[in-house]
Amino acid sequence: MTDPLSLSATGIAREVNAGRLSARQTAEAYLDRTKAWDPHIKAFLSLSEEGALAQATAVDNAVARGESPGLLAGVPIAIKDNLCVNGTRTTCASKMLENFTANYDATVIERLRAAGAVFLGKTNLDEFAMGSSTENSAFFTTKNPWDLTRIPGGSSGGSAAAVASRMAPLALGSDTGGSIRQPAALCGVVGLKPTYGLVSRFGLVAFASSLDQIGPLASTVEDAALLLQVIAGYDDRDSTSVHQPIPNYLQSLGTGVKGLRVGLPKEYFIEGMDPEVERAVQDAVRVLESLGARVEEISLPHTDAGLSVYYVLAPSEASANLARFDGVRYGHRSQKAENLLQQYERSRDEGFGPEVKRRIILGTYALSSGYYDAYYLKAQKARTLIKQDFDRAFEKVDILVTPTSPTAAFRSGEKSDDPLQMYLSDVFTISCNLAGLPGISVPCGFTSSGLPIGLQLLGRPFDEERVLSSAAAYEAATAWGRRVPPVPVPS
Amino acid sequence: MELTEKDVIHVARLARLALTEEERKTCLVQLGRVLGHIQKLSVLDTTDVLPTTHVAKLSNVWREDEVRPFLNTESILANAPDREEIFFKVKKVIE
Repeated sequence: MTDPLSLSATGIAREVNAGRLSARQTAEAYLDRTKAWDPHIKAFLSLSEEGALAQATAVDNAVARGESPGLLAGVPIAIKDNLCVNGTRTTCASKMLENFTANYDATVIERLRAAGAVFLGKTNLDEFAMGSSTENSAFFTTKNPWDLTRIPGGSSGGSAAAVASRMAPLALGSDTGGSIRQPAALCGVVGLKPTYGLVSRFGLVAFASSLDQIGPLASTVEDAALLLQVIAGYDDRDSTSVHQPIPNYLQSLGTGVKGLRVGLPKEYFIEGMDPEVERAVQDAVRVLESLGARVEEISLPHTDAGLSVYYVLAPSEASANLARFDGVRYGHRSQKAENLLQQYERSRDEGFGPEVKRRIILGTYALSSGYYDAYYLKAQKARTLIKQDFDRAFEKVDILVTPTSPTAAFRSGEKSDDPLQMYLSDVFTISCNLAGLPGISVPCGFTSSGLPIGLQLLGRPFDEERVLSSAAAYEAATAWGRRVPPVPVPS
Repeated sequence: MELTEKDVIHVARLARLALTEEERKTCLVQLGRVLGHIQKLSVLDTTDVLPTTHVAKLSNVWREDEVRPFLNTESILANAPDREEIFFKVKKVIE
């Protein structure tokens, strides 16, 4: 039997479906590795060992009966802990939800179950997905598998670290301003944010509803496409879900980039970018050229406004979404309250961490009477300008190529006292959410100190096929994604 | 528009957050810097630009108003901080 630990998710599903690999042994292998390594990496908030083994056994039984268990037969998957899995704790890495047990499945979870996936456990994140390092988790900070003194990125840092260290072949994350792509880049894995409306958010704890999307983290582009195939599609329980035919992403992976028009937005090559990151991205562009792509410089003139627009709109939406956490129906309730108002105020003060409170205050301020026009409405108008920049660019080119993050992984604590510096690490990923585009990060090199660098490819809305096939062509021509981090040792 | 301590107290009340005095002070400094950055937006010319609330291509969707049974009330109440029978229990609403 093949060693499941050496297989990709696609490889595991193929072998399990063919009856050549046991899903149960696969689950055991990944659980054993996670139990040995995760005390050093701390990617998981909880493991669901019993559930995983039961799911895997059911897959093996289906194969034995001659049935086909699905596209993800026996594939162990790690799930970001802001997605509801029926009967398991869903904490959002917050004290507010420390003891909350989800009583239904998110749509993506239902789809994973139907496809034969095996749930390893829930992964760490910045509290309520607000952050770029997992340092805002109320429980602990996840470590970057390439250097345990550094952060894995965020907010889906647990999912990215789990895949990078191969404790899980596949993971789900969510991306509001880069929360899949930035940790994917910093951990040296593939991360895809789908087009707004492609994947149902029903059962995802909402952060900023006009920006949130769920997407895959994987060790190869093919695995990311496989997971997208399973989770994409219309759902009447998410009112922003779009009726759209779902193409066969896997079939289009081999299209290549010959004749592809690639745009390099000049505003993304800014001062302050790590020169090693810039060099790696320029090298990647030359690889795409050598594969037949036509590269031209283009302009997205309102790029500079992106960060400001995001840090008005996302906190505003968050302040509304997080109003539901009042200690009445679920979540933390303060024991120090003497009346109902105090019960709301103290439950929220005790339950939320500093960054969440900061964003609620910022968002409430931007929406409050007297400031609404200057902040919220102004930001919504600027969002239109950013969207129009992309519309114009995509008249000339098929794909945009940029760095995913201006630097490689930073050290734990380096930016945690300075929110503005932390926010600046999202500078290249947020416009994609504001415009609702699909975006992927693929490994494109390493710094001299051995830290991964990510390349971001952005496409037209619902053109995941081209985003994935371009990333796959680049991946096939390079070997960056095949490197794995060292086995973790106690620091 | 300089953020003041009075603003923070007002907004915290609106957001139902009981910030400690120390939290208020930190908030004032950190958000002041963030708002300083956001001021960049004021130089953008947005005359005649329509606001974007979201980018989805959506129109109203109609469906029949059908009752769907939900049989798992107990699992909802199991997450409640306090309950009585099938109700959520809270402090007195009207004094």
